[in-house]
Order: sequence, then C-alpha cells, then structure tokens
Amino acid sequence: MSAHAGIEDLLRRLAPQVLGALMRRYGRFDACEDAVQEALTTAALEWPAQGVPENPRGWLITVASRRLVDQLRSDDARRRREEGLAALAPRDEALAPAPGEDRVPEEDDTLTLLTLCCHPALSAPSQIALTLRAVGGLTTAEIARAFMVPEATMAQRISRAKQRIKEAGVRFGMPSAHEHTARMRAVLHVLYVIFDEGYTATSGPNLQRAELTREAIRITREVRRRLPDDGEVAGLLALMLLTDARRPARTRADGALVPLAEQDRDRWDRASIAEGVALIGESLPRSAVGPYQLQAAIAAVHAEAPSAEATDWPQIVILYELLERVAPNPMVTLNHAVAVAMARGPQAGLDLLSRLESDDRMARHHRLAAVRAHLLELLGDEAGALESYRAAARRTTSLPEKRYLEERAARLCHG
Amino acid sequence: MKYVLLIFQNPGAFEALPEEQREGLMAEFRAFNEEIEESGEFIGGSALAHPDTAKTVRGRDGVSVTTDGPFAEAKEQLAGYYIVDVESPERAVEIAHGDPASRLWAIEVRPIMESVGAEM
Repeated sequence: MSAHAGIEDLLRRLAPQVLGALMRRYGRFDACEDAVQEALTTAALEWPAQGVPENPRGWLITVASRRLVDQLRSDDARRRREEGLAALAPRDEALAPAPGEDRVPEEDDTLTLLTLCCHPALSAPSQIALTLRAVGGLTTAEIARAFMVPEATMAQRISRAKQRIKEAGVRFGMPSAHEHTARMRAVLHVLYVIFDEGYTATSGPNLQRAELTREAIRITREVRRRLPDDGEVAGLLALMLLTDARRPARTRADGALVPLAEQDRDRWDRASIAEGVALIGESLPRSAVGPYQLQAAIAAVHAEAPSAEATDWPQIVILYELLERVAPNPMVTLNHAVAVAMARGPQAGLDLLSRLESDDRMARHHRLAAVRAHLLELLGDEAGALESYRAAARRTTSLPEKRYLEERAARLCHG
Repeated sequence: MKYVLLIFQNPGAFEALPEEQREGLMAEFRAFNEEIEESGEFIGGSALAHPDTAKTVRGRDGVSVTTDGPFAEAKEQLAGYYIVDVESPERAVEIAHGDPASRLWAIEVRPIMESVGAEM
C-alpha cells in the first residue's frame, strides 16, 4: 500500500471518531460535519508531504474545532451586524478543546453517527450520501463521481439531508431501545445498497464506483467490531465478502457480464470466501436467523461448490424457503424459482414464477422475463425463451444486462 | 436511477398564452426548478429553441445529409428536457406531475441506461 493510500485509509477510519468528538462537544451536526470535512481535506493535503502527526486523531479534532469555532464566530458576527450591533464577538475560549481532551480514548460514535445518517426523515439517496461523507470520510466530489452525478447535485443532496436532520431536531445519541432495531435495520440496508452500487459496476468509467464496495465492507467491519454478537451484522459482512469474492469472474475483460453458472471459479477470491464462510458458520447457530444470514448462507453454498451442476441446490432451495418466510419479496421468489428449477427441473421453477405474473410491479420487470427465458431454455422451449430474452432486453435499463440478454437471444437464433 | 423528462408541446403554445398566465407560469417554473435542485435530484437540462431553428443531419445512402427543420413532422415537438437522479420510478413520475408543464403539455419520463448491471 502506498503512503498516500495509507493516509487516505487512516483519514477515513478517523473521520467518524473526529466527528463524534465534535458532536459531543458542540452538538451541531451540520456545522461539525463541515468542519470535519475541512480538517480531512487539510490533512490529505499536508500529511503526505509533512508526515502524519504523532496523534492524528487529536490533530484532526484540534483543526476541526478551530474551523468550527471560526465558523460559529463569523456566523455570530454576521448576525450581530445584521442586528445592527457592531460589537466584536468576544473570544470564547470555552469553544476551543480543553487541554488533553484531544487524547480521550477512542469513544464509540460510529454507530450513533450511522443511525443519524440513516434517519427515517431522509430519502434513501440522501442516507447513502450522508453515510459516505460523515462516516466514510469521503469527499462530496468522490461521492458524486461514484454515483455519476455532478458535484453540485451531490452537495445539494448532502446539505438538504443535514437540513432535514436539523429540522427533525435529532439529538446526538443512540436511538431508544424500541427504535434501535428498526434503525439498525435501516443502517444495514444502506450499507448493503452502497455495497451493491459498487459491486454492480462493470469496468472502465465505473472504477470509481467500485470503490463503494470496499467502503461498504470497511464500514460494516467497523460495525461488527462494535456489535460482535449481532447475527445480522455478521451475516451482512459475510454476504458482502462472499459476493465480492466473485467479482474477478463476474465480468469479461470487455466488461460483459458472466452468469454465475459460467464463471471461472478459479478466479474467485478464496481468502474472501474463507472469511465469509467462517463468519456465517459461526453466527448461524448462535443467533436468531435473519435475511442477511440466510443470503450469506446461500452465497456460501455457491462459493463452496466446484461448479454450477455440483451445487447443493436442494440446500439452496431450503434456504430460499426460509428467506421467503422471514423476508418475502419478489426478487427472493425469482431466485427461489431458479434454485427450484436446478433442484427439481425447469417446469417446477416456471410454476413458481407464475405466482409473480399476477404482481403488477413484477409482471413487466426485466428480471422476471430474464429468469423465465432462462428456465424455458432449460426446458428446451427455444421459441418461448427467445421471446422472453427479447422482452427482458427491451425492459432492462442496464447496458451490460441488455448486452448479455441480447447475446443469449442471438445464441438461440443461430443455435 | 436517472431519468430524462422530455417536454413536448406545439411550437409557440407558450407564447400564445395570455401574458398574465405566462407570468404566473414562469413563477411556477422557477419554484419547481428550485424544488428539484434543492432536493439534490436535478442533474441538468434546458429549454430548447423553436424547432424552426433546428437542422437535421440524417443518413441517406450511407452518407449524412443536412436538412433544415426538425427531424419529425409531428404537431408536438420537443421543447425542453431535464435529467433527474431519483430514488424510484414512482418519484420520477411524481416529479413530472409536479412540473407545471405537465398540466398544459406532455412530459415523457424515460429511464436513462446505466452502465452497471447484475449478472444473472
């Protein structure tokens, strides 16, 4: 790892700690968050040349506090001017960090900050953006590049999110016990979405986006360090690791998608798989089973199979049945149908799909058409498969998916 | 997910409105633009000049040829477009409903192709 990347990692790890320290002292999320970003930017510019200070966390807290105090003082001065009072704002030493305070032991604000960033008053895109900035320590420009939107749009999204939090009068602290479960669920969901945004990136202009995967795994690891007994946190981390392990095999050099069944399993990341399998093996027997653990368990069965044919499909079917019970959702039904087709034959899978055709939202979904096409192809109904592949290709809004589906259709045409 | 919102109208439809209504509409447009900018959803876009100012470059026998005027002869022409990045397809449609143009003309809400994709 280069010194520069080392500094970047250090800054991202320290970001939530520094923000937490400021929040506990000053309590103003929007202003504190801006001050921390400025301190991070200063550090990113100065440390590579001047070296990392002995106490980087203390350095960041001091610099961020100074920025915050300057900002509060200038806001104050402006207010006074506007009120027609020319008096200079008195220096308020109480705002500066107390001696030694920058060396307090690492306090745990990561979870508190995560629940704040994933507050239900925010839209999903805002939760994601704010989490990456406040907890991930990413700059607005980096987040904007990852999501391929202009920086001004992302800046607006973040500032609106902070405004919302201010308006909602959210206090800095962990939510009450009865809210805790729902809020943690929201946090895990946001982390999963960030992961998925990165994972589904293909190549070329999307490299920046792939960074999101690393970032999501890093933050989820931080959450797990703090909640080692939470089975769903372990499940989510395992799911990310097991999914990410397939990344080297999921696209061809030209960016084309390779379906799971055709992936070169020698290219799967064995270290990631070992860690994910161990994690899920440890957590499954010990905690109430939840959707992330079940999805991780399914990913683990795939990861340990030497080939698509040699996969323990009956085991996967059982896991999907459980998943449909704890977290019913049309996408789960789709994957369940594929597993059933592999275990009991394509017709059994198609029968399961017919349940989704009456669902208005799903009936026109490209994934339903794609799965139907695949199962019809297995059944030997080439005309039906062709029609469904073409329908799926028309409906997807993803260029690589469209290309994959058109290739499957073309293969059937030229047999 | 990103959507382009395409506004179609009869050329000159806006200019034909009484001045009072035009002014009211302009204020509504400003408020609407501000709203989707502030929400962090607006990515960019613009009103377009009259179709009479358009040139169409089109392939004919393997070469491209320029003609004056818009590509289609339709009564309703593309008058403006903007791109939003939103949480869901429903939100994109909701934005179109909030656009004052949707009460008078037509807005086509079309997903923009993404370069990310899931293997199947």
